[in-house]
Amino acid sequence: MLPILRTVIRRDLLLAWRRRSDVATAVLFFVIVVSLFPLGIGAEPNLLRAIAPGVIWVAALLACMLSLTRMFASDHADGTLDQMLLSAAPLGMIVVARVFAHWVVSGLPLVVLSPVLALQFDLDQSLLGVLVLSLLLGTPILSLVGAIGAALTLGLRGGGFLLALLVLPLYVPVLIIGAGALDAAAAGLGPAAHFLVLAGLLVLASAFTPWAIAAALRISAE
Amino acid sequence: MSQPTLVIGNVNWFRYASPQAFYPLAGAMIPWFAWVAAACALAGLYVGFFVAPTDFQQGESYRIIFIHVAAAWMSMFIYLVMAFWSGVGLVFNTRLSHMMASALAPTGALFTFIALWTGSLWGRPTWGTWWAWDARLTSELILLFLYFGYLALAAAIEEPRRADRACAVLALVGAVNVPIIYFSVKWWNTLHQGASVSLTSAPTMAATMFTGMILMAIAAWTYSIAAALHRVRSIILERERGADWVTQLDRGGRL
Repeated sequence: MLPILRTVIRRDLLLAWRRRSDVATAVLFFVIVVSLFPLGIGAEPNLLRAIAPGVIWVAALLACMLSLTRMFASDHADGTLDQMLLSAAPLGMIVVARVFAHWVVSGLPLVVLSPVLALQFDLDQSLLGVLVLSLLLGTPILSLVGAIGAALTLGLRGGGFLLALLVLPLYVPVLIIGAGALDAAAAGLGPAAHFLVLAGLLVLASAFTPWAIAAALRISAE
Repeated sequence: MSQPTLVIGNVNWFRYASPQAFYPLAGAMIPWFAWVAAACALAGLYVGFFVAPTDFQQGESYRIIFIHVAAAWMSMFIYLVMAFWSGVGLVFNTRLSHMMASALAPTGALFTFIALWTGSLWGRPTWGTWWAWDARLTSELILLFLYFGYLALAAAIEEPRRADRACAVLALVGAVNVPIIYFSVKWWNTLHQGASVSLTSAPTMAATMFTGMILMAIAAWTYSIAAALHRVRSIILERERGADWVTQLDRGGRL
């Protein structure tokens, strides 16, 4: 079990490292989208403070979603995916490893960058930790759930928009609870309840989505 | 390998898992459901619009409830039925179950849209706004997006077998998510705004109103069944157009 996890994660991270610009593009997309909001809405500090959690979370959602398309695409194109489906190792394990590697490459940078972007919005410094923790718990769910959509739309025309239509409605609970954690903390209620729900969703998603991703990959590669 | 059987009342019901056997059965059932739907809709609308008393708080505008509630019930129920047939299709590998699920999707989307539209029309005179980010409205909107995703995925995949199974996985994932979405939206709603809009505390209903709602609900059910059966017949013909039994029906002029 563990060697296959390690091998797949190492391979995916190495591939991502060799194609660093792909990763950078997704991160820059996140930065640019977040920076557009003050330009469109106006730089009134109170307003910016109020919309910061929602804006950062929505931008993270979009950045995660855009990076989903390349989760399985190149492996599907060059036949590596077929080898993974044929391999003796359980497909669920391979899938978990790939989703984890994908999250490290496309989710984790967003988590790390988010406090800097929050400063642009003059978010209270005591909330920065809440923001980071909410994204840290939430972005893996986005990768897990999004991988189902990526697997289902493998090799279809119009894949990007289709993927958005499939995946974004499923992201709604994570968005609500993730951004809600900051609102609750700002209102003095404490974000503990939101963190617990996010952690619960993460446990649920890591337990069940690998089955769905594996099933979807088998269907798409058939 | 022996055929699985489920015998109730001298009929082997699994026989109807085959599209060839189901096609005439569906054709025979459609008129019944369609006529019941038409009769109940007429009776329900008559009771709703002419017999039921005027609401003392909302006046006449509440009467849209007779369409709105039936549509909202169906919108959620049809998604569950779709998920059920998708699950059956994935487990037993029966083509007809997948066809049934995809035949239900447009009707479900239609009812979700009607529920949203009538809700908006109702909200204008009673709440003073076309749209409120009320928990039910919001989850209904997301349900509509889920239906659209299902329909878009079905339309994007050319090969029927892959389309069937991919849509089935999506329907099941969506069905698991529907309660999570509902509760998160509800929670979000209570955090962001007070419960200014509450339908649950509505005054108790007059008996005639209840009769009208039940009639409209029966009409919505039977209409959905008739529409889904009609659509599934078209899907069967499309998929089985190369099969002998379809050719024979065609030669006999019975299509």
